[in-house]
This record gives sequence, C-alpha cells and structure tokens, in this order.
Amino acid sequence: MPSFTLKIRRYLPESGDAPFWQEFDVDLEGHRSVLEGILTAKAREDGSIGIRCSCRAAICGSCGVLINGRTRLACNTHLAEAVRESPEDGKIIVEPMNNMPVLKDLIVDMDAVHWKKIQRVTPWLLPEGPPPEREYVVPHENMVDVTQSMACIQCGACVSACLSMEVDPLFIGPAALAKAYRFVGDPRDGAQYERVKDLAEDPAGIYDCTHCFACIDACPKGVAPMSQIMRLRRVASRDHDIEDRNNGYRHEHAFVENIERNGLLHEADLLPDSYGGKLHPRAVPELIDSLPVVAKGLARRKITPGKALLHPHRRHYKDVRKLFKKVQAKDEPLELNLYIVGYEEEEEAAR
Amino acid sequence: MKVAYWPGCVSRGFTPELHGAMEKVAPLLDIELVELDRAACCGAGVIAEHSQELADTLNARTFALAQQTGEALMMNICSTCQGSMSECQERLDANAEYRMAINDNLRDEGLRYEKPVTNKNLAWVLVEEIGLDELAARVRRPLSGLKVGPFYGCYIVRPRERLGIDEERPRHTYLHRIIETLGGTVIDYAGQYKCCGFPIITMNKEASLRQAGRHLGDAVDAHADCLVTPCPLCHLNLDLQQPLAERVVGRELNLPVLHLPQLLGLALGLEPKELGLGRHVVKPTSVIDWSQSVVATATA
Ligand code: SF4
Ligand code: SF4
Ligand code: FES
Repeated sequence: MPSFTLKIRRYLPESGDAPFWQEFDVDLEGHRSVLEGILTAKAREDGSIGIRCSCRAAICGSCGVLINGRTRLACNTHLAEAVRESPEDGKIIVEPMNNMPVLKDLIVDMDAVHWKKIQRVTPWLLPEGPPPEREYVVPHENMVDVTQSMACIQCGACVSACLSMEVDPLFIGPAALAKAYRFVGDPRDGAQYERVKDLAEDPAGIYDCTHCFACIDACPKGVAPMSQIMRLRRVASRDHDIEDRNNGYRHEHAFVENIERNGLLHEADLLPDSYGGKLHPRAVPELIDSLPVVAKGLARRKITPGKALLHPHRRHYKDVRKLFKKVQAKDEPLELNLYIVGYEEEEEAAR
Repeated sequence: MKVAYWPGCVSRGFTPELHGAMEKVAPLLDIELVELDRAACCGAGVIAEHSQELADTLNARTFALAQQTGEALMMNICSTCQGSMSECQERLDANAEYRMAINDNLRDEGLRYEKPVTNKNLAWVLVEEIGLDELAARVRRPLSGLKVGPFYGCYIVRPRERLGIDEERPRHTYLHRIIETLGGTVIDYAGQYKCCGFPIITMNKEASLRQAGRHLGDAVDAHADCLVTPCPLCHLNLDLQQPLAERVVGRELNLPVLHLPQLLGLALGLEPKELGLGRHVVKPTSVIDWSQSVVATATA
C-alpha cells in the first residue's frame, strides 16, 4: 500500500505554544481522501489532532482546510491528487482555513466570521402582503435562477480564499453575498430593493469585491459566489438605479459609456467619471489625491497630455457604438448561465 | 509564426511601454503581429457585470476579426483580456443557440464567430507554441543574478478549469519557467497569485492599495530585485500607484515592476531604454544597473 506524508499545522491553545508543524505517515490507497489520511493519523498516532468532520462525502461542509495552500474540503480531495500538487517534495501540507481565527489545529472559528456574515444579509424570506391561502406559486424559471446559490453547503471555503477579506475583514464576503442573492432573486421576497440598496451602500458590501475569482475556484459546489455578486450589482444598478456612495454605480456606468464612446478604454476620463465627472465634488479630492502619481506619469512620459486629453479618434469605432445601441435597446438582454443550462456541445480542444 | 494580435486598451493607453516593448521583442522571436486594430475593449469584466450580452457580443466580434485574418492563433498581452475573453468564449462555445443569437448582433458588420478560436496570452505562447528550449537558444543576455518575482494577475490563474490549467498544462507555473529559462532567479513570495486590488481602486481605495502594498512588501522581504507581470492593470496598481500604496502600508517599497515583454527584451539583448523602462513611475534602477553590469562584464 502506498504511503503518504501529511504535514499538518498544529496549534494547541491550552499549551501556550506557538503553532508548529508535525508530520504523519499514513498507509492508504491514493484514491482515499485527505480527511481519511488525517483521521488515520489521529486514530493511530495522535488522538489530539483537531479536525471537524461529519458526512465524509462533501455534503455537510465541515471539513474545509488548506491543502497545499488552496482551500479544499479534506473529504473531497484524493491523497494521490494532493501529493501531485504538493510544492514540497511528496508532502501534503494541511493547514487551517484563512480569514478566520484558529481555535485548535485545523478547527477555525466559523461563528466569529462566517456565520456572523451570513446573519448580516437577513438570510430568510421577507414575503410581501398576507400569505396566500395555499402555497406560493412561483414560476419555474425564477427558482432555477436561484438554484446555484442554493447549492451552498456553508463550508466557508470561499471565505477562506477571499482576497478582499484578507485586506478588509469587514467585507461581507462571498458566502453571505451569494446567500443574499438567493433571496434577492426569489420572486416571493418583498424586500428586493431594500436588500440591494443596503448591500450597495455598505462600504463592505457588493462593491468591495475585487473580482479575483478565488471564491469560484475554492467552492466545491459550483456556487460561483463572485458571479452571484455580479448579479447583485446588476440588480442594484440596472433594475433599481441605485447610485451608491461607494462609486460602484458610477464606475460601472462610466466604464461602459467610455467604451461606447471610444471603442477602447480611455483611462484619463475613467477616473474622474467614476467619481461623477471632472467637476463632481467627489472627483476633486480624489484627483488631487492622485496628483503626485499623475505628475510622475507625465514626467516619465507615461501619460502624454495629448493622449490623456484627446483620445485618437478611430473611424471604425462607429461600428462599436452601433453595437452598443443595438444591444442596449433590448428590453430583455440575453443571459446564459452555464450552471443551469450546462454545456450543450462537446467541449472541443479550443485551448 | 504569424498571430492575430490583440494588444488590449491599457497597453496602448496608460502603459504604452508594454505594447511598444512587444513590438520590439516580436521579431526577435520570429513572431509576426497582425494587429486587430478594429477590435474593441474586452470589457475587463465590468461590461459583463453590466450586461453579459454586450460583453459577449464585443468579444465575439474580436474573435470574428481574428478569424478573418486567417491566422490560426490569436495572441494577447494582458491577463485581464485573457480572463474576460475566456469567460465570454466559454459561453459562446457551450451553446449553439446562444452563439447564433450573439452572431446575429454582428450581422450588420458582416462578421461571424465560428467556434473555436485559440486565444493565448504571450506567456502561454512562449511555453506552448515557441517552446522554452527555443526561447533559451535566443537569449543573448542571460538574466543571471537578477532576482525576479512573478506576479500573474487573477484573470490568468483563476478559475483553473475555464483557463485550461491542469497537470498537462500547468499554466500557473509558466512565468516561473520563463524567468528560469531567461537565466533569472525566481523569487517565490506570498502574493504571487493574489489580486493587485485594481478592480476596486475607485470603490475602496484603501483596500485596493493595501493589496498592492502588501504583495510588493512580501516580494521586497523575499529579496526580489523586481516583479514581472503579464497584466497591464496589475502594473497600474503595482507601479503607477506604488507611491500611494506605500502610504497605505506605511513602508518604503521602491520595487520596480516589469511587463513580461520588457523582461524578455532584456534577455534577448535589447536596451532598457528601447523597452520603455524609463517610463515607469518606480524607476527600475536596480534592473538598469544590473543590465549595465552584465554588459560591462561581457566587454571587459
Ligand atoms: S471574487 Fe470577490 S468575493 Fe470572491 S474571493 Fe474575490 S474578492 Fe472575495
Ligand atoms: S459558496 Fe461554496 S465555498 Fe462558499 S460556503 Fe457555500 S459551498 Fe462553501
Ligand atoms: S466531512 Fe462533510 S463535507 Fe467533508
């Protein structure tokens, strides 16, 4: 039977010692999971290893850990796969998740971070008016729309991977915002406007996501929290025209209009426009704040005044403008969610 | 090798030295660039956030223009373009009905996207098309002694599946391998796969600059002489905004950040000035000094 080495980051709060590394060799088949590896080490070598688990089948969401630096479910990762991805010769590196305080060994404080943030988004239905006499009747398409966010098993892997949260612990974060979309997209909910208004105005809300895809990669259930956040932004800005104080709405509109005007991004306009236009009171302090940078750019001929002020006019961008008009004139723009419709055609070797 | 070449917006706007360096480097690698000068912005994820149909239409148009050139390969020099375009391509290629509807938007211009298009970032082209052995053979000034930290940019490493990253194509290691092939020393540091923070620079400036500052600081602590990035938007936050990032993280950084074609150019024998190194906000003095020291030893 093959042997695998698990290098586990231990932390025993009662000992008063700093975290330390400990290695365990386990004899198991490669198709067994990292969780089974940890439990084998616990059973045979050291009963004090702390890990949460229950279902062992990627359902309960308790066994999130870092494996070789990436957040995964321990029960959903094969030993053989983990060892192939190891940056340290043949050792599988197991650590507690990021962005949450460690309680002991591989156990993090989900209450202090993950669950608190879930509560922040009012994770229950707020129906409007008196309940119907019998059940609510909901169009099928609407429920399909929220199924992706309903697939969440609350494992916190996305929270651990989130790069915005790493620098801004207040950020509401991927799991909670995906949960928010579950109700924002539910036709029975009567508080759609209030929900998205709240999340757009909160400096730690939907506009605090840095679009890094880390949550999409980390999620074992295909929830794609970042995509749900982008849908929340669409509901806030397109359906409710919420001009938030975080410049989210203005930035998005400035960007789209910029491309519509120029075909290519014209950055010199983007910054002031994102703050509401060059003469907008919000733009002035921002521009002054950025002045040293702009001045340096000018000095190094990085930003040439000609380029900054006059975008070279390109005739053929008329075609682009026409395209914008055509698509934006549609009442119901097309949206394809691959999670729901799946891949209709065989994926060809396009790569 | 001839490629349909999409330089992107930022490489011709705020970081013109990037496109300039690519044009200088291409002949040294026998790459002929057929520039897609009618193509529009990829949307950088922001247009898709506003309207998926609009983003998919703009990128289907770019793919159609690339196919019109008759070249089998399309190349970009921007991680963000790679990521946003791959996202749109995934939808376009997955569903015939959807593709038809998007193509319908392009009808007036007589354009049509036929799946699939092969669109690769320069880093992927170097490893998968040109080959590292071939690249090594062309090196004139090995980057010996130069300690380079790779900064990939989110859009080119995540999500893995969409970007075709697997054991066969470990695209998340290509920058490492390119640096090594050019003779440099790879510096591994905590931030190499993290986010530069640029997408939220107008929404949460503090958090945005904290990301840039932290990763730069980690690279400084790991003793990097410079960073290299295939993403001009990362370059904006890491170089152009570095003085502001220093303020946020409260430490001096002064770490030069090179575009990938600039690093290539140095190893292929071009001079720092030709490659626009003087145009950066953080003067790459350490890199320029290094290039002069190796010239000096070569002629001594
Ligand atoms: S995409 Fe947004 S929510 Fe997801 S991990 Fe990155 S910053 Fe966090
Ligand atoms: S969204 Fe995915 S990664 Fe995040 S908590 Fe839910 S299941 Fe886990
Ligand atoms: S033990 Fe239940 S998800 Fe891993």
